[in-house]
Amino acid sequence: MPVLMPVVLAGLLFCIGVYGVLARRNAILVLMSVELMLNAVNINLVAFDVWLRDELLAGQVLTLFVITIAAAEVGIGLAVVLLVFRNRATSQLDELTELSEDREPLLHDHPPNFGADHAVAVAGEEGAPEPRGTS
Amino acid sequence: MSLVELLFGLLGVVAVGSALLVVTTRQMVHAALWLVVCLGSVAGCYLLLSAEFVALVQVLIYVGAVVVLLLFGLMLTRAPIGVSTDLDAPRGQRLVAAVVALGLAGVILVTSVDAFRGERIDLGDDRVGGSTAAAGEAIFRGWVLPFEVLSVLLLAALVGAIVLSRRDIGPDLERMTTRRDPPGAPPRDRLDSDR
Repeated sequence: MPVLMPVVLAGLLFCIGVYGVLARRNAILVLMSVELMLNAVNINLVAFDVWLRDELLAGQVLTLFVITIAAAEVGIGLAVVLLVFRNRATSQLDELTELSEDREPLLHDHPPNFGADHAVAVAGEEGAPEPRGTS
Repeated sequence: MSLVELLFGLLGVVAVGSALLVVTTRQMVHAALWLVVCLGSVAGCYLLLSAEFVALVQVLIYVGAVVVLLLFGLMLTRAPIGVSTDLDAPRGQRLVAAVVALGLAGVILVTSVDAFRGERIDLGDDRVGGSTAAAGEAIFRGWVLPFEVLSVLLLAALVGAIVLSRRDIGPDLERMTTRRDPPGAPPRDRLDSDR
């Protein structure tokens, strides 16, 4: 069998996984795409192990390790997704924008003075910040 | 072209086609079921590469456990059954994702064709490299320390998943997600608040 057959198959599966990670909105579908990418890497590991006739079977043993770690990753990932769903009632990734910088302020949050805030923090070295009219 | 190569090609086409359906289908449960087809045909590829133990582990863990876990996740997040239109990102992001994926595919295919053209895997009849006996001997002789470390990792992941999932233990989410500041009080996490 040509080495190219498993290598090309692995490359195609990996790129499909990349597309899925980038183009899906749902967190669980993104996890499925990550599984596709891990499988592509596993195909490469097994193919090169068989091709090079490794004495220690390093490729196949590493494949078993990757499968185990993938199972652990799915378990933890799904627990995180469930926790997010329990708190936010959504599993769509683009609605989780809490950590982005230029978001709309929450209702009980401090007023929107993002631009001036940093300047005040820097200017606060010399003296107390002056009260601003807008905030 | 031998029978093994023909079968490998067929399984590869099935794997790539079902993987494409996983990332493009509009029904979430169907995505999980197409993932079963994809992972199963990858297991067939392992068998044809004479790695039978890896193939069996793939069927056991991926098809048996991981996909069931994903289906549980779909069920617990109340995923819609039937066609839903909000699974994909907007069209512009999908276009960018397709461009990135195609570019990556081009790079990988060109480099691997350039590197491995003409090389052949010798799948002779005398091979015992991937049998269960050989794999077990390799794991418990040469790789026994990583194997044990991996078992500790699995235990840690198990405990972590339980801690994340249970409601009655773990961090106090009420306190973490809601601010207790009265309306007039200065915010706590400002740089100039503690000067």
